Amino acid sequence: MAITEVERRRGQLAALSIAAVVIIVGVPLWWRTTETYRAWLPVSQIKDLAKLQLHLSADVEVVFALDGDLLVQFIILRLQNMKPARYETKYRTATIMEEDALKKPTAAEADLSLHMLSESPCGSLVVYVIPESSSLLPEDVNVYIGQRRTALVRISAQMRVGKTLEQLLAQLEPRIKQVLQVMSFSHTDITVALSDRVRFRPGNKESIADSMRAFKSSPGYEITFSLLNPDPKSHQLHWDIEGAVQTYIQPLLTKLSPLANFSIDSQTLYYTMLGVTPRFDSSLEAYTLNADSLAHVINPVEARLGSNAASSNPVLNFLLYVPDIRHSPLYIHDHRKQEVPSNAFHSPRWGGIMVYNVNGFYGSETEFPVHVNINMAKVMGVFLAQLRLLLGVQSLSPPPGFLVAPCGSTGLADWELDRLMWSRSVENIATATTTITSLAQLLDQIGNIVINDNIAQQVSSAVTSLQLAMAELEVGNLGFALQYSKEAILASEKAFFDPSLLHLLYFPDDQKFAIYIPLFLPMCVPILLSMLKIVSEVRPLKVQIGL
Amino acid sequence: MAEPKFRVCLCMFWAVCPKDDFQEELVIRPLHSGDIYASFQFRTLWDTDFMRENKVSHYRLFPKSLGQVISKFSVRELHISFTQGYWRTMQWGQPFIPSPPGAELWVWFQDSVTDVDATWKELTNVLSGIFCASLNFIDSTNTVQPSASFKPLGIGNVTDHSFLRYATLPREIVCTENLTPWKKLLPCGSKAGLAVLLKSEKLFHSSFHSQAVHIRSVCQDWQCKTTSWELRQTVNSVFDLHNSGQAKREWSLFKMFSRTLTEACPLASSSKLYIDITDNPQGEQFELSPATSLLSQAVVLGDRRTFSVYDLTQETTFGSVRSLNLLIRWKSNEGEMLRPLLHAERYVAGYGLQTGEIHTLMYNNHPYRSFPVLLLDSVPWYLRLYIHTLSVTSKGKDNKPSYIHYEPSKDRVKPHLLEMLIQLPPNSVTEVTVQFERALLKWTEYPPDPNHGFYVGSSVISSLVPSTVAMDTNSTRERPLFSSFFPCKEESSYFVRIYTEPLLVNLPTPDFSMPYNVICLTCTVVAVGYGSLYNLLTRSFQIEEPNPGLAKRIANVIRKMRGVPPL
Repeated sequence: MAITEVERRRGQLAALSIAAVVIIVGVPLWWRTTETYRAWLPVSQIKDLAKLQLHLSADVEVVFALDGDLLVQFIILRLQNMKPARYETKYRTATIMEEDALKKPTAAEADLSLHMLSESPCGSLVVYVIPESSSLLPEDVNVYIGQRRTALVRISAQMRVGKTLEQLLAQLEPRIKQVLQVMSFSHTDITVALSDRVRFRPGNKESIADSMRAFKSSPGYEITFSLLNPDPKSHQLHWDIEGAVQTYIQPLLTKLSPLANFSIDSQTLYYTMLGVTPRFDSSLEAYTLNADSLAHVINPVEARLGSNAASSNPVLNFLLYVPDIRHSPLYIHDHRKQEVPSNAFHSPRWGGIMVYNVNGFYGSETEFPVHVNINMAKVMGVFLAQLRLLLGVQSLSPPPGFLVAPCGSTGLADWELDRLMWSRSVENIATATTTITSLAQLLDQIGNIVINDNIAQQVSSAVTSLQLAMAELEVGNLGFALQYSKEAILASEKAFFDPSLLHLLYFPDDQKFAIYIPLFLPMCVPILLSMLKIVSEVRPLKVQIGL
Repeated sequence: MAEPKFRVCLCMFWAVCPKDDFQEELVIRPLHSGDIYASFQFRTLWDTDFMRENKVSHYRLFPKSLGQVISKFSVRELHISFTQGYWRTMQWGQPFIPSPPGAELWVWFQDSVTDVDATWKELTNVLSGIFCASLNFIDSTNTVQPSASFKPLGIGNVTDHSFLRYATLPREIVCTENLTPWKKLLPCGSKAGLAVLLKSEKLFHSSFHSQAVHIRSVCQDWQCKTTSWELRQTVNSVFDLHNSGQAKREWSLFKMFSRTLTEACPLASSSKLYIDITDNPQGEQFELSPATSLLSQAVVLGDRRTFSVYDLTQETTFGSVRSLNLLIRWKSNEGEMLRPLLHAERYVAGYGLQTGEIHTLMYNNHPYRSFPVLLLDSVPWYLRLYIHTLSVTSKGKDNKPSYIHYEPSKDRVKPHLLEMLIQLPPNSVTEVTVQFERALLKWTEYPPDPNHGFYVGSSVISSLVPSTVAMDTNSTRERPLFSSFFPCKEESSYFVRIYTEPLLVNLPTPDFSMPYNVICLTCTVVAVGYGSLYNLLTRSFQIEEPNPGLAKRIANVIRKMRGVPPL
């Protein structure tokens, strides 16, 4: 009896120790060898980012160039009651040199000399308040917006007369707000920039169209000018694209270079037809393209344009179409059946097409082919306007009483660039945050994805850049904010599109079981059975002892 | 003569001379077998420098996509060809531009490129996108750096072959999707000029079809002070007598291409159609209609050939019907083709799935001259060459190569490269044999349908063959395009490149459900072993008392009923 008892105990011990070995050595070993490598990700920071709480602030200096004693009080008070939510406003009186500058005969000259005095940093604005007596502005103009980051505001006479400080400021406030709306970021700009993240309901159709038209923010753009000559037998076209690009496009792009890298090329394509046949309008003795059919024009042309082999940046296409002799002249009609004066149209986020008629070159006895030297000034004027639209430089109509200085040779005022930089930084931050959060979500949901160290590193650098960009936006350093937001977008895209994420993605659970079961079933069933047996033997023992 | 004058007045008109020039050409050679050989060449010349500081970005005739490739990847020379079918040198003679079956790509990079391998990888990916081909399958396992066989065809005497990459994909199938992007590179597309004939439904119905793009820089004048970039696009095809020609020895443009010619490409400075009538000086073999009085002679591939020329830029070429449908009607099918001086063939010998032997035969048909050839072999790593078995024999005697360059393979990293300079004795067959062993691949390395076999690319034989007539060494003189592809350095010989057949080798292929079976089997074995061990360890053993017999049990039952103690 004792011997059998010893035997039984030995068996139980053996079963227990085998189970222990399986649990202590086998399970961890199996776990370690089949585990996918997942580097640490800053999940909590990403969750914080996902809330996307942006604080934008712009430095605004209001400079008073008024005479009188009131001003001294202004500065001492530094009133806190007029505090636009996102503008850091400072008040001061004009320096002597600024006073001198403001005495120039015209506003444009004053603007220039003020610019020479001090260059205000990216994103900031200076508003000069000038007395009514100043001869800088024409009669009906109260606000002048310069080419740089300055604006001149004139206070009317009745505003000044015998009012207290508070009243005067209260009267000035809406005017300054208006100025800021024009020259710096506005609520709509920011909502448009965030449209990917935030579903926004724009008030009217116009603003939808505006928001859809501009290209998404990207670190670089390829601009391609194509001359389409469907009829090389009759037309021998020559365009001095190289010179035209240097004269018209390059200044604008140089100005925009902080935003993105641009590269320009051009090509000539022969025998390229539009997708629709123009209709002959006998009243005009011309062929017409309706606004409705314009949507179908691009597709067949696009097959010939070719993609850019050297980069993956978005391409802006500008096509100059010279209609063939049998469909000439050709005019584009808008929805109201009116001729479009520029004879051009643009396609949102794609580019623009201009039709260039050469029927003026046909004489009665012209010998074909006709040599045509294309007037590049006319063409580039249209393309430049389209380029501004597609890059998101909105030309909004200023409120009444405002005079906006015509942009100079660069084609872009400093404050316009600032506006663009504001919305681009916000858009970049939004896009990078979306990419990073969706990557984090994806990695969280699918446990099979391997996270290598380089991806973790990219993710953390994207997160760091995002945090830096947001911090810079908060203190109003626009240039740095844009720089960091670009870095964030690059790092986040690199992490998101890394091919190593796909390696083990397809490893379904049923196949895993099919491989494990032949090994695990015969090994675990005996262990489990003997465990059950031991338990059932121990339990009656306990019951006996308890009794 | 009128042409230069015209150019001058253009220059005055534009104030800038047009810096690019486009030419197109079609050569038709009736073959003695009754087949017909058509060779298209389109050449765009552009006086520009892609390697300038500020990049070239304004394109007119030169395609933008290729220009971007050249400047982005710092390409010195690029040659790419897609071929369906095998060129039968013995029946058809030499092609104007040779190409191996499948896809072939060789590129010389500028010496400014620092990481050639990475650039090459990226370039192949971009090209596979441009030509819709599987060039992205080119990797280190099928790329070699030939030391002597592929010299630059343009200017520049580069000898550092670390800037050269060569790869072939013998399994590549060529079809419409490759032809369409190729046609898009032409200035006139397929809308005008000779390219209207390139209709895929006829072209791919031929017994040989090859399309190629060659980019190189060439001299502008004989002093070579300035250079220009040359883009040559070629299509070579052979239409079969029985397949495309309904076994009638009568060919026309319409029968070949199902189109006729109506105009030249208006952008082309020259647009010509050449018919090879060398074997037919008096019209006794075949007749041409419409006839042309324009004749031209050219020295091509070591032979003086005569051609009838149709100039498509002249209105009169198209006659009153405004369409040119050239008709070639054979009168007799006698006459022998001149045997090509050099040709080659290759096959795999041996049996079983373990070892084998590659045989390459090179024929020198010259009656009294011997000449050297360069043989290039690039063999994938899964055929492990036994290089000590390499033997070269001519006329039964050992023929020692004067130069051997051999790079052994590395498993899954790089292929074998074997280059040899062999002197071929006159009127002889030289046989190169080498034995190999077939490797076992990992089960994920097998391509789809592995039982079809594995392709081994063609051997490349490059040679300077002695010429019977004096070659034209002036590279800048105005010549027909087909005779100006390979530069000619001396008068007495001409350059020939020959590709042998690709090989199809069977490798041992496993049963692909095997891994799972193996898992199941080993697991079962483990489970059985483990189970018995477990049993031995955990069971308690005790001596069992023998069972009482049946009678005894019955007796006990009865005794129990009676209340008597059991037995």
